[in-house]
Amino acid sequence: MTRPRLTTLAIIVVALAVVPFLGLSGALLNLMIFMMIIALAAQGWNILGGYAGLSSFGHAAFFGAGAYAMAVLQTRFGVNAWIALVIGIALGALVGAFIGFLSFRSGLKGSYFALITLAFAEVARILANSWNFTGGAAGILLKLQTGLPYLQFADRRYFLLVALGFVAIGLVVSWWLEHSRFGAYLVALRENEQAAQALGVDVFAVKMKAIAISGALTAAAGCLYAQNYLFIDANVAFGSWISIEALFAAIVGGSGTVLGPLLGAIVLLGLGDLTKSVSGGIPGMDLLVFGIILVLSVAFSPNGLVMLMKSLGLRAPAKAKEA
Amino acid sequence: MYSPQIVVEALLNGLMLGAIYALIALGLTLIYGVLHIVNFAHGALLTVAMFMVWLACARYGLDPYLAILFVAPVMFALGYVLQRFIIGPASHGKDNGILLVTLGLSIIIENALLAAFQSDTRTITTDYSFRVVELGPLLLSFPRVIGFGVTIATTLLLWLVLHQTDIGKAIRAVAKEKLGASLVGISVPHVYAMTFAIGCACLAVAAGLLMPSFYVSPKTGAAFVLVAFTIVVLGGMGSIPGALIGGLLIGVVEAASSLFLGDSLGQIGIFLIFIVTLLVRPTGLFGARA
Repeated sequence: MTRPRLTTLAIIVVALAVVPFLGLSGALLNLMIFMMIIALAAQGWNILGGYAGLSSFGHAAFFGAGAYAMAVLQTRFGVNAWIALVIGIALGALVGAFIGFLSFRSGLKGSYFALITLAFAEVARILANSWNFTGGAAGILLKLQTGLPYLQFADRRYFLLVALGFVAIGLVVSWWLEHSRFGAYLVALRENEQAAQALGVDVFAVKMKAIAISGALTAAAGCLYAQNYLFIDANVAFGSWISIEALFAAIVGGSGTVLGPLLGAIVLLGLGDLTKSVSGGIPGMDLLVFGIILVLSVAFSPNGLVMLMKSLGLRAPAKAKEA
Repeated sequence: MYSPQIVVEALLNGLMLGAIYALIALGLTLIYGVLHIVNFAHGALLTVAMFMVWLACARYGLDPYLAILFVAPVMFALGYVLQRFIIGPASHGKDNGILLVTLGLSIIIENALLAAFQSDTRTITTDYSFRVVELGPLLLSFPRVIGFGVTIATTLLLWLVLHQTDIGKAIRAVAKEKLGASLVGISVPHVYAMTFAIGCACLAVAAGLLMPSFYVSPKTGAAFVLVAFTIVVLGGMGSIPGALIGGLLIGVVEAASSLFLGDSLGQIGIFLIFIVTLLVRPTGLFGARA
């Protein structure tokens, strides 16, 4: 398996950073911001679901923790946006540690782990929906204040750069995983937990670290979401849509790869947007396409688009040689 | 505080709604017990069955209970085809693959229904939708009393099928020892598909029982998914008596928590049971030790 180099990652990030300055329309710019937010959430999912092999169906719990921290801290306590962002990310890690501590202590994995994460996200959704502190069912509106200290920009291209910066951090974290002892532990855990344990890997500690990092990244996506759309409610922040999109993007792109989540988010949301414009407002068509792509990719390309592209790339020169 | 009569009535109505939950969970637990897969599309398939019942009633004027006789075979066939030709081959027999393929299917089904029927909720009214049955001083909802009876009958029928017929014996054989069963000539993919089909037929019965007192929209099934999973986990994955008792229990808990906590917070009771069961005793009340 060939791994992308840091220089490759840098080239990709710089290329993406240049795109908004080529004169994108407002709609495309918004789509690109959304792609980056989903890519970041998917990168978080990928740490746990891709590298450690613990598929979560409830990453909305982390996304929502970030989004609500951002919204509540700013509107209720007047905390600065950047500080709220840091606290939101920390809260995501904390929620991850909490869910992880309970589930991993009981040795949950596979479908049991998927189900319990889903249940935690639902509990969070119901609580946020009925608690006045979090705005109840009405949700929370953030104040429009543009300027660097408020993390809101009159020129939305700068917000895209901030989101892209976080995606770059996500790429570096994944790259680090592939080159570190800790990442090797995660993969060992995924491939054979008992063998990893027998070789002296502290399985519980490794899983805890993984879910905390995973929660922090996905919470960062939630923070950016709240800051970008300036409105959240329980169904947006803790809704199953985000758990599903994070998982989709990572799996379609290639779970357990550095570039998979980013590629998956761009391809999926790009296709979704295309379907929406082609189908002319029939509701649900974009998600219908997502579902079909997910089934097809599990069936025909279980290792994701990244690996598919690689294997096509490897096959082509072999054929050229034969000819 | 509420008067004892209101509390008992609410709990009994909860018990009877729990019976329909149990029926939904029955299909799920059967599929888990034999195929060892978590069928995430179960809720979406329930929605499909409910739409079929709705169509049969709204378009062709059938009674919803009578519609079960037509919808059940269609759901049976649909389940067979889905498992044999889509879920089975697409997931390559991997756990994670199955989880994702059924999740993908549920999203496809939900959104195909959304595209076809929009997100409006639809109901059917029958002259017995709001009728009540008097049991001494207690008033019970008529559709729920029927639901309770039919669920018990369906569970017994399922038990008979599993224990007295050839296909039932084959299903139990595959559940116990897949390799051994295939060595004595049982076609495992066929048995898998039959099991999935029976699970879907149970959903058709549940749909027919729900429609007189419930509504359907493309998202209805999703609301039942976690409830059904809770029942299956609580009763023990793969255990049929577990699903029945778990369902009744969850119905009562839901009724009690929405009586005392209100409708929106009431659902929390179910999820907390779910989380606690998974954490403390993932094999459930009746499940074999993993």
